[in-house]
This record gives sequence, C-alpha cells and structure tokens, in this order.
Amino acid sequence: MLKYTLRRILGMIPMLFLISVVVFTLALAMPGDPFSGEIDPNNTDPEYIEEMREKLGLNDPIHVQYGRWITNFVQGDFGKSTRYKMPVSDLIAERMPNTIFLGVTSLAITYILAFAMGMYAGRRPYTPGDHFIGGFNYFGLAIPSYIAGVFAIYLFSFQLGWIPFQGSVDITLEKGTLDYWISKIHHVITPAIVLGLLSTASYTQFLRNDIIENSRKDFVRTARAKGTPERKIYNVHILRNSVIPLITFLGFDIVTLVNGAIITEAIFTYPGIGQLFLSSVTNQDYPVLMTLTMMFSFLVLLGNLIADILYGVVDPRIRLD
Amino acid sequence: MNKDLDKKVPLLEVRDLETAFKIDGQYHNAVDKVSFTVDRGKIVGVVGESGCGKSVMSLSIMKLLPKGAGEILGGEVIFDGKNIEHLSEKEMNKIRGKDISMIFQEPMTSLNPVFTIGYQIEEVLHNHFNISKQDARNQSIKLLKSVGISRAEQVVNEYPHQLSGGMRQRVMIAMAIACQPKLLIADEPTTALDVTVQAQILDLLKDVQSVNDMAIILITHDLGVVAEICDEVIVMYAGEIVERSDVRSLFKNPKHPYTQQLMNSIPKLDAEEEKLGSIKGIVPSLKEMPRVGCKFANRCPKAMPECTEITPVLAEDEKGHEVSCLLFEASKTEEGTKIT
Ligand SMILES: Nc1ncnc2c1ncn2[C@@H]1O[C@H](COP(=O)(O)OP(=O)(O)O)[C@@H](O)[C@H]1O
Ligand SMILES: [Mg+2]
Repeated sequence: MLKYTLRRILGMIPMLFLISVVVFTLALAMPGDPFSGEIDPNNTDPEYIEEMREKLGLNDPIHVQYGRWITNFVQGDFGKSTRYKMPVSDLIAERMPNTIFLGVTSLAITYILAFAMGMYAGRRPYTPGDHFIGGFNYFGLAIPSYIAGVFAIYLFSFQLGWIPFQGSVDITLEKGTLDYWISKIHHVITPAIVLGLLSTASYTQFLRNDIIENSRKDFVRTARAKGTPERKIYNVHILRNSVIPLITFLGFDIVTLVNGAIITEAIFTYPGIGQLFLSSVTNQDYPVLMTLTMMFSFLVLLGNLIADILYGVVDPRIRLD
Repeated sequence: MNKDLDKKVPLLEVRDLETAFKIDGQYHNAVDKVSFTVDRGKIVGVVGESGCGKSVMSLSIMKLLPKGAGEILGGEVIFDGKNIEHLSEKEMNKIRGKDISMIFQEPMTSLNPVFTIGYQIEEVLHNHFNISKQDARNQSIKLLKSVGISRAEQVVNEYPHQLSGGMRQRVMIAMAIACQPKLLIADEPTTALDVTVQAQILDLLKDVQSVNDMAIILITHDLGVVAEICDEVIVMYAGEIVERSDVRSLFKNPKHPYTQQLMNSIPKLDAEEEKLGSIKGIVPSLKEMPRVGCKFANRCPKAMPECTEITPVLAEDEKGHEVSCLLFEASKTEEGTKIT
C-alpha cells in the first residue's frame, strides 16, 4: 500500500510538469504581462518600464522565465499578488481555512443526508417514502445551485433575517471563543447546505439503487438462511457492499467542492479560495491565478489517488501493489 | 417427549404446499400441492430437470422466497411437530441456521465478498447462541477443520475470493452445520463444481450427516448422486411430485415414465456412445403449464389419450412406493379429474 502510494505520487510529477507548462503558456498568452506586478502602473515612463522589465527578467527567453518561475514555485515561492501586493502563499493561507471549513461541512451534509435517505429508500423501494425521496431528489437536481443560493439569501437573510448574507465570521468577536465558533458555523451553514445538496441527490439515488441491486444477491439469501435479522442484513451485509462504489466518489468530491465553492462563495460573499479565484480572474492577478490553477490541478490528481487508495482499503478483492 | 415417540413423528412434514409467482397479474403455481415427509437422520433426494420447482419448494420450506416475487398460497410445513408456515419473520429467524440450514448451488456468489470467512461462520453462532468473540473464533476454526480445511487458522482471516469453489462450498457446509441443525437442505450443492470436487463434497455431506445425525434434503438433477447417498427419493416434474419411494425400490423398478427417462439419461461410464438419452422437449414454463391432465403427457412416450383429460394423483402402487401416472390403477381416482 505504501509502495503503491509512493509510486502514484511519483507518477504525478510528469503530469504536474505538463500542467505547469500549459498554465505558464496560457498566462503568457493572456493580455498584459503576467509578472509585471512590481511595476508601478502610474509611472508610464518607458525608460522606467524597460528598466523594471530588465530587472524582473521579463526580457529573458521564455524557457528561462519558465525555469525561474517553476524553481521558485516548487520551493513554495508563488510570487506576489499584483492586486493585494502580498505573497500569494499568505493570501491563500488566509483564505484556505474558510474553504476547508465550508467543504468539510458541506461534505458532512451530503453524506449524512445521502446515507439517511438512500438507506431508507433502498430498503423500501417503490413505497410512498421512496417515491417522496426520489421526487425530492429530482427537484434538487433540477435547481442550479446559484438559483438555490440566491433564493436562500433572499428568504433567510433578507426576509427572515435568520442568517448573515456575507463574510465568514462576525469580526467583532474574539478569535477562539465559543461565540466566535458559533458565529463561524452560523455563517457557513447556508452556503454549506447549498453546496452540499449539489451532490446529495445523485448520491442518494445511487446508494438506493445499489442497495436494491445488492439485496437480490445470493449472499443476502445466505445471510437470511443463517437467521440474520433483516436490519442487520441491510445495515451490515448490504451496506458494506454498497459503500464501495460510493467511496470512489469521495475522490471526485474534492473537485466538485472546489468547483462548487467558486460559485457558492461568490453568491454568499464568503471569503474563501473560490472567491479569491474569481477576483483574481477579473483583476488579471496572474500570480494568484496561476497558483490556484496549479493547486486545483493537483487536487484533482490527489482526489483520484485518494479514491483509489480508499477503494483498496474498503474492498478486500482489490489489492494495491 | 420421550425418545421413542420422538422417532415416530417425522422430522419434517410438508402438506399440500403451494407456491406461486404472479405473472401479468395472475398466479401460476411453481410448486403445486406437494406433500412429503422427511424422517430424522435420513437423506432424501429430490430429483427433476431444472425448472421443475425444486429450488422454489426448498425456499418455501425455509420461507426464503425472493421478496415480492414468490408467494406461498397454501399448505402446511410441520417441523419437529410444530407448524412453521405461519411463523413471523422473527420467529423464523430463530429456526433458520439453527434447526434448519441450507446450502446453495452457487458457492461463488453465496458468500459475502467483503467479509472474512471467519466473520461469516461466526455470524451464525452469534445469531443463535450467546457466545464470546473468542469462543466463536475457536469454534469456527474447529468447524472449518471438520469440513476438511486444514489451513483453518489462516482461512478464517481470508476472503471468499481467495478460495476455490470447492473450498467455498466447504465453508458453506461448515456454516450450515455450525449450530448442529436437525435438517440440512442442500440445493444442488455440487452442480457448479468440478467432477472430482463433486465427489469430495458428497462424501463430506455424508460424513457430516452421520456425525451430527441430521436429516438432509438433497436436491439434484443427477440420479447418480441419489443412488450413491440417498435413503429416499422424490421425483419432481413441473411443480409436482410424480414418484416417491426408497432408493432401492426406485432404481429396481422405476414406475413413472419420467423417472424411467431420467434414468436413461444417466451417463454410463462403460458406454461407448457419447450421446445421452436425454428427454425430448423441455419443462413447460409456468404460463404454459397444462391445468388438466398429466403435465408430462406431451413429452411422454407412453402417453394415452386420457392422459390429457384426467389428472393423476400421487398414490401408493406398492408398499412405500408412490407414483402419479394413469398407467397405475392407484392414480386413477374420482378426484383425479380436476375442472378449472
Ligand atoms: N423469481 C421468480 N419469478 C418467476 N418465476 C420463477 C422465479 N423463480 C423460479 N421461477 C419459476 O418457477 C419454476 C421452478 O423454478 P425452480 O424451483 O428454480 O426450478 P429448479 O430448482 O427445479 O431448477 C420455473 O418455471 C421458474 O421459471
Ligand atoms: Mg434450482
């Protein structure tokens, strides 16, 4: 398992290299100089600009520029944001906890709801309860998250005043106190629900169908023939089998969360990575944009790796080596 | 109850068991008024081509029919003097695996792929006894050894996919005998296995039968297997019992044309010819089942005109040998003609 993991991580390096070349090339092809953040935009003296370009290495051949960028990058120096005038790493470190908090909360919501509804419906297929859950899920699938988000803000913030409509915490509160954490949860809960419901519907129906399929398997009949109670047959024998395909999703969830966070954070003005990404696009903040793109690509690869490893952990028939 | 009296009451008595599947809103019987008894410690073979209702009958006894598909329409199943046909699911669970166990045709899919062999054997012990984890583990190792698995200590920690078909069927047998049941129903336990393994599993079944003094209902479509290990035989065709007798009498004097044809299709080891005398035609599907007359009539070489008009009944033609065919006087009764 360890060997397998190491091999897969090594296998990521060429992928990441290719991605970095693409990212760098795209950045160069974009309007404006990607690395001109140090140049004072108010000073239009061509001599000054030329001097700065020379100093920043913008006149070097492309491969030299790429070499310099990637060398710094792997050493953790992602450059300086052209807009915020601070190191990209600091900027990301500041936003990251918010996005992770949002992601984990929404994942928890997805899985709790999907398991509760999927297990209920799978055990009682074609009953009114199953149809109700199915209907609810198709309704959920049909509504795009940005509409649900805007609607939630309108109803719960503006009309009812139950939840805040922006930020990640009440800034007047002292960090680390109980009130501070309650405020954080209060801020995260609506975007987390909107984001979490995004995958809930498909997971629920997937789990339901898999449970129904497994309940017809021979091993279920064997368990019955042993006198195993129905509850245990569903919650242990069948569920343990039906969890396996769901585990693969967990890897892709990371990607879904990042994508979903971009929209959801923007709607709820929630200061996380997604919002940073959007603002860096509008502001042509290339160092931030490039770093985030690299980071998202890495997360996709990491998500796949995690899915494969989890697969090997939960399914005894799969051996990773 | 005193021991001698106990011996006289059959272990299992099935009376007029009727199981049907609903097809296009109509019930079609897959098991049609089947009655028989199984005595303690005896091996009863049930033979018949595939599709004759052998599996449905055994699943009906265990009340393990696929949910929403099969339905028991009538009849009684009396096990150990107690009618178990009306028991709730919860009460049935106390009997399944403990007093009556079952093993199936497909050892490859009958075990849960994601649990260890040990877990799956121990589960049946935990279901029926208040037993500690350690005791259950020791017990399951002992059981595995008793079914001829010498690497039992390792096998308890292995998963089904790591074992061969024959090994898995041994595991199924170990699981089935774990609580020392009085009756074991084995539904074609060797059909899916290699010939050499088949013989080993049959020997094993005979062994565990004598060690535990349990009765076995052995379902098979192979009369050769029956001749080898059974005490009694039930021949089934199209959901009905067409002949029933002790093994010796059946092989000496098969009465029903269907039984005779089945016997002709047993491969003879010394015979030169490759071709088996297999029976022409196929078992009718549930929907095309004739409602009046003998269901075998259309495939029967000895069919007479009345065979499609009068329904024969299963009756004793000579002591201990029952048959359901109009060639025999006993089968022709007034009630023989059913009007539907
Ligand atoms: N789940 C089911 N739904 C509908 N018909 C079934 C089902 N299971 C069995 N049958 C029908 O019942 C009859 C008896 O089947 P079965 O007991 O499996 O035969 P055997 O075990 O003797 O080969 C067959 O005609 C079969 O098609
Ligand atoms: Mg069968």
